[in-house]
Amino acid sequence: MVTGADRLGWYRQLVLIRLFEDRVQQFYDENRLPGTTHLSQGQEAVAVGAVAALNRDDYVTITYRGHGQAIARGVPIEAAFAEILGRASGTSGGLGGSMHLIDASRGLIASSGIVAGGLPIALGAALSAQIQKTGRVAMTFFGDGATNIGGFHETLNMASVWKAPVVFVCENNLYGEFSPIRTTTPIDNLADRAAAYGMRGEVVDGNDVELVFARTTQAVERARNGDGPTLLECKTYRYRGHSRSDPGKYRPVGELERWKQRDPIELLGHRLTEERIVSSTELEQLRQEVNEEIEAAAARAATAPWPAPEILERLIESGR
Amino acid sequence: MSVASSPLATGELTYREAIRSVLFEEMRSDPRVVLMGEDVGQAGGPFKTSVGLADAFPDRVIDTPIAENSFVGAALGMAATGLRPVVEIMFADFLLVAADAIVNELAKLRFMSGNQIIAPVTIRAIGGGTMHFGAQHSATYESLFVQVPGLHIATAGSPASAYGLLRFAMQLDEPVLFIEHKGLYARRGAVDADPRPYAPGRSRLLRKGRDVTVVASLLMVERSLEAAMTLAGEGIDVEVIDVQWVQPLDVHAVAESVGRTGRLIVVSEQVHEGSWAATLISRLAQDGAPWRVSPIVLGLPRLAMPFSPPLEAAMIPSAVRIQDAIRLLTRRS
Repeated sequence: MVTGADRLGWYRQLVLIRLFEDRVQQFYDENRLPGTTHLSQGQEAVAVGAVAALNRDDYVTITYRGHGQAIARGVPIEAAFAEILGRASGTSGGLGGSMHLIDASRGLIASSGIVAGGLPIALGAALSAQIQKTGRVAMTFFGDGATNIGGFHETLNMASVWKAPVVFVCENNLYGEFSPIRTTTPIDNLADRAAAYGMRGEVVDGNDVELVFARTTQAVERARNGDGPTLLECKTYRYRGHSRSDPGKYRPVGELERWKQRDPIELLGHRLTEERIVSSTELEQLRQEVNEEIEAAAARAATAPWPAPEILERLIESGR
Repeated sequence: MSVASSPLATGELTYREAIRSVLFEEMRSDPRVVLMGEDVGQAGGPFKTSVGLADAFPDRVIDTPIAENSFVGAALGMAATGLRPVVEIMFADFLLVAADAIVNELAKLRFMSGNQIIAPVTIRAIGGGTMHFGAQHSATYESLFVQVPGLHIATAGSPASAYGLLRFAMQLDEPVLFIEHKGLYARRGAVDADPRPYAPGRSRLLRKGRDVTVVASLLMVERSLEAAMTLAGEGIDVEVIDVQWVQPLDVHAVAESVGRTGRLIVVSEQVHEGSWAATLISRLAQDGAPWRVSPIVLGLPRLAMPFSPPLEAAMIPSAVRIQDAIRLLTRRS
């Protein structure tokens, strides 16, 4: 049973992720962000809705565009900022970076920079739950581009033949890096690919956090009950380019604006005020609170110490 | 690290039985151990190294589809969540099919996670020539992954090494690439109850000698021993070392040996360029070049493995070729 408090919590998470990533972009604009970063503004409802369907001890694998899922999973934003900025207080002490936000204490066991790299790892976590009879479920996030690489097909095949408790969440944001999906993929609905593996596949409105939650909850339940995996294709849109250096100019005029009319935050906010669960003043206040939280965490992370080069000596000594 | 000795760890076993007994013993003593790969279950393994394991541990022996990259990735997911998988790669050549999972995921997860997650996966890959499997089923690729930080690499040159090294590989909290040689499965030999000579980074001295040090891996170990035996009749006293671990490499033990003999030959079933043999010599050179005469590297010419038996035999160093190299080296001083 979803309560008003749950929905308000989701709203807060959507805002938290949005403002977190806007702040990451700002670090880039200020030339304070080393390397690259892949932002997910516009896609937040997939992360929030799907992660909300999991238990605390379930497993998650994410991608190089994974800030949203990591935050939805509860990774502290200061540690996430610090990792993205390469600081010692980051989730991996600065060894990972933006593409590798990993937090074992939250079941976030892998964040791969290789397209479809996380799918087999999630399958393994699901098999582990099956073998150890823990009742846990694994969820793996990946983009539309991942459905064209072998690892996707191999993993779906194995997951289905073994009825592994895994949920495949495809975030179809319509572009594989810079290429429109139509130029790389001959079908309209990627969920159709599940049929080839005797698996249930569903198309979900990825901008509607409540729908994402409802459909993932069902998929998670099926997985937990031993009824096998599901492929959920969440159709959504990436407001920014592929990575920080990409302005996304290849997109047709008006496309971004059309998607922004169905912005996941606005969509839920509108419902919550319509249903008088919360007033628009209260939502504005919430956004301000989140913004203050973000600014404080960003400021602390940006002044956190760099990792000392001596740690490399220690790592070399330990042989890894 | 402590490795429990086992009652089975005495007496003689074939190389195949040595591997199977370690798998069996580890699965029996540790419920976290899982075996997966193509035909490892009901078929007992393509090289019969897992016969009976699926019956003994039905929930923990998994026959996979032919999808190396993703089942290695799945093994990593298992390891990251508390299991200790052993993955069989039917032919070492297929390691390349799984290279992304091995190099980009398995070897790096512990590092990228800032040491939050360990990845105790043992990949058993079956390599080597002399069995007429041709260009895509005969490589050992023991050196191919030396460039990848995060991986340990072991080579089993005898039943004793297979037994001792596999046990360490499976108990290490790190990913290990464990290379078996398909030409050795039927060899019989004593295995060792003492695990220590097989610890990561340890080579093993198999024969003491005064005149020449021969360092070898896999099938070349027995060929080097055979060459040493023949040359003993000619008054040439050859020291033979089984390298065992290609990564970490036991440079220290080889330096000590060559410091005594003054001569070094490295024999393996690999192309010289980019091999552990080349690494060994460059590391020794850096550390002061313990030899009196320049070392010799014996290996494969820069060609894929031919199918035709006489051509294949001509490719791979034989005991006779090793003898010739030793004689050549002893004439230089």
